[in-house]
Amino acid sequence: MQHVATLEAGEDRTMVLNMGPQHPSTHGVLRLLLEIDGETIVKIVPDIGFLHTGIEKTYEAKFYQQCIPLADRMDYLAPFSNELGFCLAVEKLLGLDIPKRAVWMRVLLTELTRINSHLVWLGTHAMDIGAMTVFLYCFREREELLKIFEAIGGQRMFTSYFRVGGLAMEAPLDWFARTKKFIDGFPEKIDEYEGLLTGNPIWQARTKGVAQISAEDVIKLGGSGPILRASGVDFDLRRDMPYCGYENFQFKVPTHKDGDVWARYQVRVAELRESQKICKQALEGMPEGSIRADAPKIVLPDREKMKTQMEALIYHFKIVTEGFTVPPGEVYQAIESPRGEIGFYVVSNGTAQPYRVHVRAPSFANLALLPAMCEGKLIADVVAAIGSIDIVLGDVDR
Amino acid sequence: MLLGWRPDAVKAAKWDRNELAIVLERESLREACALLRDNPQTKFEFLADITCVDWYPSDPRFEVVYNFLSISRKERVRIKVLLDGSDPNLESLTSLWPGANYFEREVFDLFGIRFNGHPNLRRILMPDDWEGHPLRKDYPVEGYR
Repeated sequence: MQHVATLEAGEDRTMVLNMGPQHPSTHGVLRLLLEIDGETIVKIVPDIGFLHTGIEKTYEAKFYQQCIPLADRMDYLAPFSNELGFCLAVEKLLGLDIPKRAVWMRVLLTELTRINSHLVWLGTHAMDIGAMTVFLYCFREREELLKIFEAIGGQRMFTSYFRVGGLAMEAPLDWFARTKKFIDGFPEKIDEYEGLLTGNPIWQARTKGVAQISAEDVIKLGGSGPILRASGVDFDLRRDMPYCGYENFQFKVPTHKDGDVWARYQVRVAELRESQKICKQALEGMPEGSIRADAPKIVLPDREKMKTQMEALIYHFKIVTEGFTVPPGEVYQAIESPRGEIGFYVVSNGTAQPYRVHVRAPSFANLALLPAMCEGKLIADVVAAIGSIDIVLGDVDR
Repeated sequence: MLLGWRPDAVKAAKWDRNELAIVLERESLREACALLRDNPQTKFEFLADITCVDWYPSDPRFEVVYNFLSISRKERVRIKVLLDGSDPNLESLTSLWPGANYFEREVFDLFGIRFNGHPNLRRILMPDDWEGHPLRKDYPVEGYR
């Protein structure tokens, strides 16, 4: 097996430099081929696929409920976003309505996952540029978040907590109090990060005017999410094409007009603050009621009912062994993941297994912006540019 | 909505689950998509995704799927083109959207569909010397042994 992406050096002054795949600042296994003229980049060719696991192919051999853990493993920094996208797509195919409490819980967890993902981004991005301390601060809060995820889903990263038709189980007893404590204390923590970076002249020098890209180019190249907003396009799927009850929450969509690394930093930090507000609203307005839709053929029954009611036991057996069938059709469900638009294109042929699932991975599309950002600029800024795109290679390669 | 399209370009259109899907004639894809982007009444300026569905063994076998988003109008549309299995190829959209580059390479890699006019149609996820196209339905899930 070989990846033979090659790049020939030009005739006179240029040379080719190989960066990665094992390079800490590539955030995974990204290989870059850089043609350089002194310190200036002439051409940049990303080489990807080192983490390709064929998840889309595996989906075709799984029941719908078995697809959810696999969704986690694509964008492993934002598992709830992936689960939400997949569940919403299948629910759209089924025409299933979800109880309000489950919707609120989903919003809460998806926003917590956005905070989690942005914290990893901020910590590693700052470390790439040379600010070591921020990493320790960010991972302090991320650790608490992972414990919160573990308490509710049983796992720190691959939670597999959402289900088609609702959620796996009710949150444990002190979970809301613990989450509320975290959320209430979080704005101060953001101030700490900003205190370390925003006014820091080195940070500004390394980010302002670096890897600039115009809104027009971002749209043409298919970039989405914070990158699009940092170039001045005021568009957020949560507000503009609401899904999963986001229309019930008040939040601002931060934008910036500069389109450089600094702008993307500002937008993501502002998003941390907005996500905190959404979490707060979700916790305060959390409705009572069921967390599962009333659809016995799709949603697993309560454990208690299984012990006393024969129908519940039969449904449980049928769902686990045969899955549930989904009416034929196709949907494209896009949601705003921390990295941009993640879209699930699900095609059903009426059986219990999806005929085809395609994932529009935001990192994959956003990586295409890298050459446009870096060519003609300095080699030292490549690391800053990669960090500011915030790619997850699991998401790029799937 | 279909302003400016050739009358024979549209083969079928379906409104299902609040999503519009239009099947286009293979030859008119590029022209129709350019109109979709530039017509002020449609303005689908964002090519969100390109993928493919393999309907093996039925014919036409492949269905190439384009998902467009209009950022200004906040709407989506899905364009599809049907291709037969013997020599699947169609026109590339890279000249209209440079971002189509990676998506088309992915479809080429995993389905073996050639995009004419693509500047760099190489495998992107699988190794360059890989045999077969893994997402085709006649490719076993566990791979060739």
